Amino acid sequence: MGRIVLKDVTKAFGDVTVIPPLNLTIEDGEFTVFVGPSGCGKSTLLRLIAGLEDVTSGRIEIDGVEATAAPPSKRGLAMVFQSYALYPHMTVRKNIAFPLRMAGMDKAEQDRRIAQAASVLNLTDYLDRRPGQLSGGQRQRVAIGRAIVREPSAFLFDEPLSNLDAALRVGMRLEISELHTRLKTTMVYVTHDQVEAMTMADKIVVLRAGHIEQVGAPLDLYRAPRNLFVAGFIGSPRMNFIGGAEAAKHNAHTIGIRPEHIAVSAEAGEWSGVVGVSEHLGSDTFFHVHQTGLADVITVRADGEVGFRHGDRIYLTPRADVIHRFDETGLRIA
Amino acid sequence: MSTKASRNAARLMLAPAVILLLGWMLVPLTMTVLFSFQRYLPMRGGFQGWVGFENYASFVTSSAFWPSVVTTLVIVGSVLVITVVLGVVLAILLDQPMWGQGIVRILVIAPFFVMPTVSALVWKNMFMDPVNGLFSHLSRFFGAEPVLWLSEASMPSIILIVSWQWLPFATLILLTAIQSLDSEQQEAAEMDGAGPFSRFFFITLPHLSRAITIVILIQTIFLLAIFAEIFVTTQGAFGTRTLTYLIYQRVLESQNVGLGSAGGVYAIILANIVALFLMRIVGKNLDR
Repeated sequence: MGRIVLKDVTKAFGDVTVIPPLNLTIEDGEFTVFVGPSGCGKSTLLRLIAGLEDVTSGRIEIDGVEATAAPPSKRGLAMVFQSYALYPHMTVRKNIAFPLRMAGMDKAEQDRRIAQAASVLNLTDYLDRRPGQLSGGQRQRVAIGRAIVREPSAFLFDEPLSNLDAALRVGMRLEISELHTRLKTTMVYVTHDQVEAMTMADKIVVLRAGHIEQVGAPLDLYRAPRNLFVAGFIGSPRMNFIGGAEAAKHNAHTIGIRPEHIAVSAEAGEWSGVVGVSEHLGSDTFFHVHQTGLADVITVRADGEVGFRHGDRIYLTPRADVIHRFDETGLRIA
Repeated sequence: MSTKASRNAARLMLAPAVILLLGWMLVPLTMTVLFSFQRYLPMRGGFQGWVGFENYASFVTSSAFWPSVVTTLVIVGSVLVITVVLGVVLAILLDQPMWGQGIVRILVIAPFFVMPTVSALVWKNMFMDPVNGLFSHLSRFFGAEPVLWLSEASMPSIILIVSWQWLPFATLILLTAIQSLDSEQQEAAEMDGAGPFSRFFFITLPHLSRAITIVILIQTIFLLAIFAEIFVTTQGAFGTRTLTYLIYQRVLESQNVGLGSAGGVYAIILANIVALFLMRIVGKNLDR
């Protein structure tokens, strides 16, 4: 079990309101990702759920039980910190055993759980080392191991991959996703990386300045962003926004079109422009097209082998069925 | 700093300081060793010939020697225990956010800036004086007989004075160590179900172990040589004669430079044994 309900939760540090009244339900077994730019309150929200910060007003319920004033240890949640927060003077085994020891569990049960967690996380060979002797990825796994052994009702992850290099991050992303499929425990994951959010989440919560901008499945957010902020935040490279006369043609204040929904041609198309920087990734090529008369720059995705050069004039045709329309306030027009 | 020329230049520039420091140490050391093999009584005939190890033998066999070693160790040990335990407590308290933090911290550090002689005089005359001292007034206020601190409780008095002087040092070092403790570690332990006491014993204290060893090492070196506090208060009477004070008495009160120098060499050996012992502990701690 691990259903977390936030009702009208607010948080203020002195006079600064970080989280205005916020309502959110995290269903049991769900992988929920809080995503948003730095300073949007996503980590604060996670710490409120963990109990490391007190809510200023509102209620937090975990599994139907009021937990607003409960201390962190009584909430049955486990947290993986950005810095891993391993205890440097303890071996890996003792680190993982720490929550069990604090719970006064008997030695045999402790050993059984540690062995199980270690085999799940490939840590068996490292149990007698200290955190200082491990690599970043291994430390991350120890931190996860320390969370797993408690068999919590939900896991909380606070930007756990941001200290890892790119290759390890992709690997750990998969490992955490696999862990979720296997354990089927609720996971709440905070990140500023929309790729992590898209690839891992069952449900994404997009936050800006403490407000929830949109909640939904990754592809729902991709297909139908509720406003300009979500439209710009989800998807990589970001959506192109076009205003003025071109938008008016579609009866909108602003229209948005994703780079992957624009066809590129050397001969003819709806719009035309001059190629600026082109980024060749092998599988794809991204062209930054200037002088279109629509926006400063329009990003388009083409096949990896398309070989336009800097300064070439090209023609662009957007796919009419995936043009997103927004009104003056930035909200989506259905 | 890796070319041959720059390394040589560095050596050349370091040389004056190294030579000065070496001389500063070697000259008194050599003189002490030389004196220790002489019969040398400045007011009673001066140099009276070389006597080999006679001074060494008579210093150790003197009835004052072993009691003075014990006194030294008791003072050093007690002050270390008091300053480390109270230092940890004070450091944890001072680490809490509170109103007037800066001023409180300065006040806590202040005793360290008072000269040993001055602080001993203040303690002796203002607090421990049997007639006018604050403590005797307090005792009389509660209807008790004033304690004759420096004669009846001489060792506790001196330990109190020295601890008061060294507590700020321990607090300062331990406070900086506590401030370097990762707050996420504390929070992780909190989430793991550790209460305040478990957090202290499993997280804070191990984190402080390195700072504590450093405090012990540095304080031991200085505490072995405390002198002014004893000189000003008891003059070595009432069982407060430390090894340092015994050497002082041999040289200046008995005017026996040779005997005192032999004692000085013993003190050097004792300090080195303690230092070696401590260095090994520190080394073990720093390796982690």
